[in-house]
Amino acid sequence: MYKIVRKQVLNPTVTLMEIDAPMVARKAEPGQFIILRTDENGERIPLTIADYDRVKGTVTIIFQIVGATTEKLNRLGEGECIHDFVGPLGQKTETEGLRKVAVVGGGVGCAIAYPIAKKLFNMGCEVHTIAGFRSRDLVILEDEFRACSSKFVLMSDDGSAGEKGLVTDALKKLIESGEKYDEVITIGPLIMMKFVCKLTKEYGVKTVASMNPIMIDGTGMCGGCRLTVGGQTKFACVDGPDFDGHEIDFDEAISRSNIYKPFERKAHEDTCNLFNMEVK
Amino acid sequence: MPNMSLKRNEMPVQEPNIRNKNFDEVALGYTAEQAIDEAQRCLNCKNKPCVGGCPVKIYIPAFIEKVAAGEFEEAYKIISESSSLPAVCGRVCPQENQCEGKCVRGIKGEPVAIGRLERFVADYHNANSIAEVELPKQNGHKVAVIGSGPSGLTCAGDLAKKGYKVTVFEALHTAGGVLVYGIPEFRLPKAIVEKEIEGLRKIGVDIETNIVIGKTVSIDELMTEFGFEAVFIGSGAGLPKFMSIPGENLKCVYSANEFLTRINLMKAYRDGSSTPIQHAKKVAVVGGGNVAMDAARCAKRLGAEVYIVYRRSMDELPARREEVEHAEEEGIIFKTLCNPVEILGDEGGCVRGMRCIEMELGEPDASGRRRPVEKAGSDFELDVDCVIMALGTSPNPLIKSTTSGLETQKWGGIVADENGLTSREGVYAGGDAVTGAATVILAMGAGKNAASAIDEYLSNK
Repeated sequence: MYKIVRKQVLNPTVTLMEIDAPMVARKAEPGQFIILRTDENGERIPLTIADYDRVKGTVTIIFQIVGATTEKLNRLGEGECIHDFVGPLGQKTETEGLRKVAVVGGGVGCAIAYPIAKKLFNMGCEVHTIAGFRSRDLVILEDEFRACSSKFVLMSDDGSAGEKGLVTDALKKLIESGEKYDEVITIGPLIMMKFVCKLTKEYGVKTVASMNPIMIDGTGMCGGCRLTVGGQTKFACVDGPDFDGHEIDFDEAISRSNIYKPFERKAHEDTCNLFNMEVK
Repeated sequence: MPNMSLKRNEMPVQEPNIRNKNFDEVALGYTAEQAIDEAQRCLNCKNKPCVGGCPVKIYIPAFIEKVAAGEFEEAYKIISESSSLPAVCGRVCPQENQCEGKCVRGIKGEPVAIGRLERFVADYHNANSIAEVELPKQNGHKVAVIGSGPSGLTCAGDLAKKGYKVTVFEALHTAGGVLVYGIPEFRLPKAIVEKEIEGLRKIGVDIETNIVIGKTVSIDELMTEFGFEAVFIGSGAGLPKFMSIPGENLKCVYSANEFLTRINLMKAYRDGSSTPIQHAKKVAVVGGGNVAMDAARCAKRLGAEVYIVYRRSMDELPARREEVEHAEEEGIIFKTLCNPVEILGDEGGCVRGMRCIEMELGEPDASGRRRPVEKAGSDFELDVDCVIMALGTSPNPLIKSTTSGLETQKWGGIVADENGLTSREGVYAGGDAVTGAATVILAMGAGKNAASAIDEYLSNK
């Protein structure tokens, strides 16, 4: 059992939890992920590590409430326990030799982008961050990003936070203004990453995308997380989650990600109804 | 006077048309009367060839003699001297190639049903034993076992009985390895696996789930920072193979591992399970081994029409005869001498069919089996909405890539000698991680050998 030592609501749909998991904390690196089960009958879901504290032995996760499992997870409070928590899984984000990087995050993906931006900043790299959200009330980690980025551009779909527009608009502007990046690192919805990669390909800027497909074990056993990268099948859990964004078949990844959509929608509704009945 | 019937006692089973709609165990087990009657067929012959056919060398005639006398608990004691998982082996061992394959009664008539008797004895013990287990006297040595499948559990059990402090590390949230994620409930009820694992806990084995060796902690760290004097690697062969044909990444193409894990480990077949699975109408399972049979029979139980697509003929199916017969009885359709060339998708990215080509058998290949060759122009479309690839598995590279100086074969298997010793001092390995995908009992045999080698190594250190 893994205790929730801190819980913080970041916005109405995004929650932060700091989990007591010393064996995971001692090895965790930015870009890696964990798999958790909320209870003994729960499904296994992967979540990228948002932060870790090797001294305290804790790992921080930030998740968006999108389905039954994240709904159940969000109902747990400080002092309560998560049944299973395994990791760190996958490969860490490669940061060696980078001197100037644009970090492009979208929505809850910013939670994963943040530890990478922080690590780059701490190793003396120049970091420009572009963070996109639907609206002002969904913005997370703004101060944290500002602290580790020499340029920070906030974008929103409706213009209620920062500039109105897409992250690709902001990235294009920076590149066209003459900024030369060693690499763009992008984390967010698949559709956003697809268009970030399309844009940077036009400008010939190397881009790494962090993928988060459906998986079960996270150790290479089920193959459910497979992606086509450069014409070859890769397992996101062991070969990734980071891949060369210009080589990823995003359309296939988007299609594979929605296989259980009807099931998930129903499971989420059932879970909400169950909680509502308990409240009554 | 022995029972000279040429026929063995039939195993009572659930009717095919009932069992292919539920996940309850197919074989129901002998009654005490049937067990005694069957045990009396053993001649207690001088050469005891059956013992030589058993990878863990159970003293078979001695336990059968006790069964014939109705002394079931005594029979259990004899089995458990050699096997730590009798209720499992009695169910999933390929006895026809091992003990029963060597039985002299099989020369004229059917061999003694040794596997069924083993199962009866183990089930009797599990249902009736109230004996308190004594914790073996501790010798102060610490051993780590990686993986809680058949080889790891056997190795852990043998070492714990000798007084070692054993910790088993398991990557998943439940112990049991392939016994819980791979073999379905209707062949091996998970309650039986749990009971066997509980038995190991009682003799002092610690089982740490949610630890991925090579990620959470490495073998080198286990031996330097965590004080383990020896390590046994029983991490199995978990990496699924695909065919590299077009359409393999469409939705509703599963590896058998994924399909079976969703069903067996995550219980996706139960109403209200939080893990989803596709309930397809027509399923093609590609492959002809035991795993293919398991996947096909699971898909059938989820309500689908199911095809086994296999490139050789019925005679070459690598699956156990009994599994093939059970599958046929349950209504699985065998499309043999048939090989997929492409999986076809609809506009939504889901499987809508599979293009196959007919095969014929040519000259024997390196394995001695006749090589299947394509019949030109014979391709046709199979109407399916789900494809399960059961083409075999290979060892996971995670341990190799994170353990310094550990030699492996080109295909990924860990190099180990007959005692399980690897290229690293104090590091032993066995089971599918060494041999590639094989059977539960061979893995147990390897775990057993390694346990005695580890005991010898640490006793002389």
